[in-house]
Amino acid sequence: MMPSDHLTTYLVIGAFLLFVGLYGMIRHRTLIGMLISVELMLAGAGVNFMAFNHFTAPDPAVGQAFTLFIMGIAAAEAAIVISLVIAVHRRFRSVDPQAIDDLRG
Amino acid sequence: MILYRYLAEGIFFAFIVLIFFGSLLTVRARLLMHAVLGLAVAFIGVAGLFFHLGSPFMAMMQVLIYVGAVCVMLVFGVMVGQAPTQSAQTRGGHNRWLGLGTCGAGFVLLSATLARTRWTAAAEQIGDYSLQHLGMSFLHQFVLAFELISVILLIAILGAIIIARHPEEGRQS
Repeated sequence: MMPSDHLTTYLVIGAFLLFVGLYGMIRHRTLIGMLISVELMLAGAGVNFMAFNHFTAPDPAVGQAFTLFIMGIAAAEAAIVISLVIAVHRRFRSVDPQAIDDLRG
Repeated sequence: MILYRYLAEGIFFAFIVLIFFGSLLTVRARLLMHAVLGLAVAFIGVAGLFFHLGSPFMAMMQVLIYVGAVCVMLVFGVMVGQAPTQSAQTRGGHNRWLGLGTCGAGFVLLSATLARTRWTAAAEQIGDYSLQHLGMSFLHQFVLAFELISVILLIAILGAIIIARHPEEGRQS
């Protein structure tokens, strides 16, 4: 059996993408850096869906459909966040979340 | 025949290496531009995995949507937000090591759990990987989710335009 025939290989890759994305969320201090990390986590979710689709699902169309849905959600999320970044940058002249504290009492 | 099998396995590991270094470049980069570049490399690796999992269509979609559209949009956002040569601000000191330790521990824990679990394959296969079958299930089984995702994309694009529009533009007319 080759390693690429095991479901566990793909699941570990998905977990790796998830935790690298989480670390990026913690480490990056700009809004765009956080968005990039979220995209990594979503890619990990896509890998998981495709792996389960290939190895355990009876219908191979299900996992592909869900991965396509994830791609759509990720694209919509990226569009919204980029527009928010543009609006925030216009208002505060900064994309550092620490500097955007207008609502602080 | 066994030679082709080993060749495919080598390509599989090459894609894993692409994912590994791409994602590390994404989180470790000094410049945000380099982070977006690393993200594109990692996505190409994920597309290779999709190809290996028997779905060339999903690999194509991954390259088309993520590398072609989302990464270009991220580059646009980086250019608008700050000068591309400006270094990405990152947390230093205590918090970084705490985050690294937490993520590493979580990864090891989850991987150990995954390695112990025994997954059972489906008893029988219905359908195949053909594009016709995928399209039919989109229009039969998942028609509601398919329409919902279309509406969500439309609302997201309209909302993005409204949010990013200059505030003074609306008042002049």
